[in-house]
Amino acid sequence: MIKTLAKEDNFGYRLWRYEGQKGDLIPLLQSAQEHYGYIPRRAIEYIAGVTGVPESEIYGVITFYSQFRLKPMGKYVIRVCAGTACHVSGARTIRETIEDELGIEEGDTTDDGLFTLNTVACIGCCSLAPVMMINDDTHGRLTPASVRKILRNYRKKATGG
Amino acid sequence: MKKIVVGMGTCGLSAGAQATYDRLKKLVDEHPGDYALVRTGCIGMCYREPLVEIRDGSKRFVYGGVTPDFAEEIFDGHVKDGRILDGDSLVYTVDEEGRTGGAEHDFLDMQERIVLRNCGTINPESIEDYEAAGGYGGLKKALAMEPDNIIRVIRDSGLRGRGGGGFPTGLKWSFTAKQESDVKYVICNADEGDPGAFMDRSVLEGDPHAVLEGMVICGKAIGASFGYIYCRAEYPLAIRRLEIAIAAAREKGYLGADVLGSGFDFDIKIKQGAGAFVCGEETALIASIEGKRGMPKIRPPFPAEKGLWGKPTNNNNVETYANVPWIIVNGSDAFRAYGTEKSPGTKVFALAGKVLHGGLAEVSMGTSIGDLVFRIGGGIKQGKEFKAVQMGGPSGGCIPASMKDTPVDFESIPATGAIMGSGGLVVMDEDTCMVEIARFFLDFTQKESCGKCTFCRVGTLRMLEILERITRGEGVPEDIDKLEQLSVQIKEASLCGLGQTAPNPVQTTLRYYLDEYKVHIFDSRCPAGECQALVEFSIDPEKCVGCTLCARNCPVDAISGKPKEVHVIDTEVCVKCGKCITSCNFGAVVTR
Repeated sequence: MIKTLAKEDNFGYRLWRYEGQKGDLIPLLQSAQEHYGYIPRRAIEYIAGVTGVPESEIYGVITFYSQFRLKPMGKYVIRVCAGTACHVSGARTIRETIEDELGIEEGDTTDDGLFTLNTVACIGCCSLAPVMMINDDTHGRLTPASVRKILRNYRKKATGG
Repeated sequence: MKKIVVGMGTCGLSAGAQATYDRLKKLVDEHPGDYALVRTGCIGMCYREPLVEIRDGSKRFVYGGVTPDFAEEIFDGHVKDGRILDGDSLVYTVDEEGRTGGAEHDFLDMQERIVLRNCGTINPESIEDYEAAGGYGGLKKALAMEPDNIIRVIRDSGLRGRGGGGFPTGLKWSFTAKQESDVKYVICNADEGDPGAFMDRSVLEGDPHAVLEGMVICGKAIGASFGYIYCRAEYPLAIRRLEIAIAAAREKGYLGADVLGSGFDFDIKIKQGAGAFVCGEETALIASIEGKRGMPKIRPPFPAEKGLWGKPTNNNNVETYANVPWIIVNGSDAFRAYGTEKSPGTKVFALAGKVLHGGLAEVSMGTSIGDLVFRIGGGIKQGKEFKAVQMGGPSGGCIPASMKDTPVDFESIPATGAIMGSGGLVVMDEDTCMVEIARFFLDFTQKESCGKCTFCRVGTLRMLEILERITRGEGVPEDIDKLEQLSVQIKEASLCGLGQTAPNPVQTTLRYYLDEYKVHIFDSRCPAGECQALVEFSIDPEKCVGCTLCARNCPVDAISGKPKEVHVIDTEVCVKCGKCITSCNFGAVVTR
């Protein structure tokens, strides 16, 4: 789990520290998402209150960037790479396998709140194609069989056996 | 003192390098001796990760595919007993006279590593390592130079933007330098959004100080005191290494107020991207730093005149900045000794796709595509036939194998219709459908279009719809003309690079692979066997073990077979949904 400094800062503390620094909206949104796991309505209200940026504008920024979630994410966020190298190495089959294994479609979260499935444009690990990330861990050289195994291991870890 | 170096970039970590490192750490702690364990960034031979290098003075021995158990063998054999473990796993060696060897020495032999000079050889989290390798020597020299002189050196070197634009860097710096302003900014574009590109990631993870140093030198040259690195959030390790590097640089006085006592201030902040490819475009990037939606602006005015917060701003790519310290130290002539007349220096390529040896390769500009694919890349996986390379990401194009002698530089590649781009080079083989590739890229650019320009927003969607129909076997003859027409219109009516280059994959595939399009449209067939709706599904009898999983998952009961016997798909009933492929644990379902 790679902890960048942004992740170490508590959202409430960041709001308190805000003193009109320009361009801080996106880092504040990232901090909120780190804190809540997504951006709840009240976080938008807090940020609007502190920065003076209208809620509608904040909503416009949130919906522009694919990283921001307005709905809660699962415990494990799966990001399947759909980059060129992964694509020619069978990324579509991997995504379909995950959809089949978890019973959800891209963008959804499983009913037990364990997994969210997203596709990303490129993770940058092209020599290990096809690749997926689960939270901060990267898994490469995937096959349908290895993907199912990895997902089952995560489930076992979460449910304690 | 022997050094045991473990490659721990993101590639290495996802291949299991942490476990290898942990085992070595345990062994080194339990058996102390005249050796030290070091972590490094990407060594470049990503296809052989995890990599462990034993360094003995100037002698180097790089082992590939090092699992924890193999690491223990290397430790016991090579490190303690001094026995070199020859064989396929000893991928690269350098002897005391600098002669190279090893099972896969070709990969590194052809490379001229300027940008990647420290990647794989130093610990990226140690500023002392960087200094020992000559780091910050460029900055010290630059601080004693006149700003105009620094710019002159960069101009004379002929360095051109490595992010894909190829704009002369020295000239760009001079634009911002001559603006009169109390505040100017230096921005490093680390958004690396091109799918298939990971050069910048490796530099940031493997040698972050090189980028920092380049930025400070730029600041001195143009008169800026504030720097931003805009790094995509999908690179958490790169961000972490940058944070560590910035903190260390501040401590030693390379960043902050009064850099090295010169009276010049310069500091750097990191801004994380939030998942928008268009933010790799400089005006969109600036909007994003300002906390807005990343929508590009019309230029002029260029950022050099009115950029971040309306102030003069210089924006360059990671790789461009990484070249700067080397050029200042070694001089512009030394840089020109590499590459070609119009494209001096080197370029880092990310070899990926169906190539045997995928990884990072830094070569002189002017190296041929064929050399990259075959001599460095080792040729095509599974002995298949080389079909094309895709260069330049979604803004680029496909270059057919017949043109493999084309040198890679800023003039020759655009002549083919493609662009060099940031350096992502995806190799394709006979099983790759070029129409599907065009569809894939349009799918990408369509999603990433910011929506401002009608032709980009709607035009790419129309092109995507046409391509989807063609790959489903529902193409009509008028489609080809429509695609060509839309391509021209979208290019002309888009204000930023995303829209202006989105049609490139379509235009280049139409230019070189028109036949494939025609077969899809007129014969409803996919020659490469990739478009699922147009191929036949069958089960490879060599691989099928009769587990019955596919038959049980088939929604139309098209598969028959008894347990432990080879199964068969009835192609009349098959609806080509692909469920059997995802169910099979043995890769026995094939399409043709």
